[in-house]
Amino acid sequence: MARKLEKVDVVVVGSGWAGGIVAAEAAKAGHSVVVLERGKNQKRSDFIGSKDELRYTDRFDMMQPLSSETITSRVNIDDVALPVRTQTEMMVGNDLGGGSVHWAGSTYRWRPYDFEIRSKTIERYGEGKIPKDSTIADWGITYEEMVPYYDKWEKTAGVSGELDPLGPPRDNDWPNPPLKETPALKLFKKAAKDLGYHPYQLAACNMSQSYTNPDGETLNPCMYCSYCTMYGCDFSAKSDPIATVIPTAQKTGKAEFRTNALVRRVLHEGGKATGVMYTDVMTGAEYEQPADVVVLAAFTFSNNRLLLLSEIGEPYDPKTRKGVIGKNFTIQGNITFRGARGFWEDKKFNLYAGAGALGAGYSDYDGDEFDHTDLNFIHGGGIELRQYGYGAVGLNHVPKDTKKWGAEFKEKSLHYAYRNLVVWYTMAVMSYWHNYLSLDPTYKDDYGDPLLRVTNKYTDQERNLARFGIEKCAEVVEKMGADIIDKDTVSDDEDFDHIYDGGHYTGGVMMGPEPGTSAVNSYLQMWDMENLFVVGGSAFPQFGGHHPTPTIGALGYRAAEGVVKYLKDGGMLVQAKTAQANA
Amino acid sequence: MADSKPTPENKGMDRRQFLKSSGLLAGGLVGGGLLGSLITYEVKDSKKGSGGTAGDTSNADHLSDARIFFSREEDFQILAAATERIYPEDKNGPGAIKLGVPYFIDRQLAGEWGLNAREYMKGPFLNIPEANQYEDLSQTDKGRADQGPSGDTLNPLPTPRYQSRMTRAEMFVVGVRAIDEAAREKFDTGFAKLEPEQQDEILTHFENDEVNMPGVSSSTFFNLLAQTTIEGCYSDPVYGGNRNMEGWRMMEYPGPRASYADQIEPDEFIVLEPKGLTEYQGH
Repeated sequence: MARKLEKVDVVVVGSGWAGGIVAAEAAKAGHSVVVLERGKNQKRSDFIGSKDELRYTDRFDMMQPLSSETITSRVNIDDVALPVRTQTEMMVGNDLGGGSVHWAGSTYRWRPYDFEIRSKTIERYGEGKIPKDSTIADWGITYEEMVPYYDKWEKTAGVSGELDPLGPPRDNDWPNPPLKETPALKLFKKAAKDLGYHPYQLAACNMSQSYTNPDGETLNPCMYCSYCTMYGCDFSAKSDPIATVIPTAQKTGKAEFRTNALVRRVLHEGGKATGVMYTDVMTGAEYEQPADVVVLAAFTFSNNRLLLLSEIGEPYDPKTRKGVIGKNFTIQGNITFRGARGFWEDKKFNLYAGAGALGAGYSDYDGDEFDHTDLNFIHGGGIELRQYGYGAVGLNHVPKDTKKWGAEFKEKSLHYAYRNLVVWYTMAVMSYWHNYLSLDPTYKDDYGDPLLRVTNKYTDQERNLARFGIEKCAEVVEKMGADIIDKDTVSDDEDFDHIYDGGHYTGGVMMGPEPGTSAVNSYLQMWDMENLFVVGGSAFPQFGGHHPTPTIGALGYRAAEGVVKYLKDGGMLVQAKTAQANA
Repeated sequence: MADSKPTPENKGMDRRQFLKSSGLLAGGLVGGGLLGSLITYEVKDSKKGSGGTAGDTSNADHLSDARIFFSREEDFQILAAATERIYPEDKNGPGAIKLGVPYFIDRQLAGEWGLNAREYMKGPFLNIPEANQYEDLSQTDKGRADQGPSGDTLNPLPTPRYQSRMTRAEMFVVGVRAIDEAAREKFDTGFAKLEPEQQDEILTHFENDEVNMPGVSSSTFFNLLAQTTIEGCYSDPVYGGNRNMEGWRMMEYPGPRASYADQIEPDEFIVLEPKGLTEYQGH
């Protein structure tokens, strides 16, 4: 029997950017908040002395252990899904602060085209341009409406960057100047410029200087130590929830962060959420946490699974195409994250140094910046060169035709360790009726609850776009003077490889202008349950070009505004549109 | 043995001296196999160090040069010989054995990674009767043969890769014995005693998935072995490989540091003497 705890105004599930922002804003507005985090507590000083490549990059110390729970995965809707068993194949952030503690810090705004992709594609090219089988949809919110939320998140995070000459319109510059320019970035920018493109220094959540955000949280300048992606920053030089919104929430005295608390059900009665049931994973004890508002701000997988397990909303059925929970699932990774690697004989870069989002890029082939009339795909992506900085295991890149072990490998891997650079295309991914999330009929977690099942396959849209991007990446690598250029390839029958390694999995609880075709409104409020908000990448109707985190941060502020508004006035915050824009 | 307490004189002595002075050699108190391996096993040579800095550090390593996972000495010998072919000693510097890679792998297999403690290991698995429903999937073009945990080195598959009920530790034991058996079949000699070219030939059969192994494909095992060997050459010395940071020195990798702010902008490549986690953590 679950022990019933004292009721609070807001219970938040998950403590990443989404949950941290909602907790901070609701607490600042004077509401009592409890945040439930399945992983352990952690703080900045835990990372001092943790620059250990084997432990973090190769053994995934900051990632969710899969022993109790993973996902199952299949390509076609009639296949039998099998569990993704190893952390090499399945990386999802864990612990206080969530995936945003180990993130790289890559920062972009998505474009007006991203938020209204369906209408804008039809407007410019006609209905026939929508990819076959695609269920892409407008978000129910425009870029212009998103601007103040992006702006708020960027100031909280202290983004350091240079403006993208082809970027969407904005009211303010980034809060901080760009990071340092390295020889590799200079070479890339010059080549891009010579080709007639518009390169710029990427925006980063790695700090270029010390910065105090509007909540009074202080971040330090980045030391380019390279232990960034897959690591927690011991210097608070990477903006993350444990350096910003979590302490902001704690300072109010109104927010409590409870770790090792695995939420297993959203409790509801008469069409309203009453709270959540969770298990303390250390003791096994079960608790009921009642609340006026429930906010699911966990990872995409957990948000979807909790709704399905709690029987909230209509589960999506690909056979009837009815239902919304689990619909429009997308993954950016694998073939949608490819490019070209160059090897130089006469150049050696200090690649042991770097920062997660230290890089340069250009947007000439992003969104609808280029004419797609004669192309066999829509949208595009950013072309980027990043100097993450590598550990010694990660430095082992060799030209493609090199033997993968033995004397030749050793010789070549030592020779090319600092003589290679990769340029990739971070492309948009469309949603389809056949890609979705559901509960697995066979595999279960430690508590006997079904695992979440992913069904995901590629179409020619993704393959064609990926091939286009690879050629564009190779073009700039060649201009950079590489002696050897290894291009990634995408074969005609190439399909999803069941590797979940970038953290970019979204959708399933999509936003939209009306119920029936979407699960939440533009405040991330469930159409079917007005005091339940589902926040995070789970709300994306499809994936935009570039990386997802800033849009999740912006949506976090939008949802926080909605939660506070709801606590004051109640009711649906958005009137359902009757327009058929998303039919 | 009463006088074998470490003193400035005897703490640096190698095992041969130890065995001699303790009477084990003369008295024949231990079996030939064990005695032979203790004395001749190549890892011991690394105590002399291949770089200029072996010195005192090597004595500290010496005390941790013992197997905690492989119970059979001969399994460990096969493993060591295989890692050396994957990362051989050459003009650049030491190979896997001198870098301590066999001990690195031994310790990895004894811990949570080897035991798959952080992986989903619940059934049903493919190769048991309860999993018959999956048999049709195993008939696909690529089949199960390409599956394995080394995702980076494998082609796309119809299902998630790792569907074995075996842990990595079990795969290694089965794997090194399969290597030896393949060597005996082909050359009538155990793997560890073969010529390097013969060893490469056997390993290539594994890499190309031409060997039958129970529970795991030979290419899966080979990829796992190759990946773990490279990790042993280049991960922090605290894990038992990358002895004296010789792997890092060969790669000109400076190790974990608080800051590379001075190295991020200059055009020239800057070589720094490596520092390990011990120094970074202030010990």
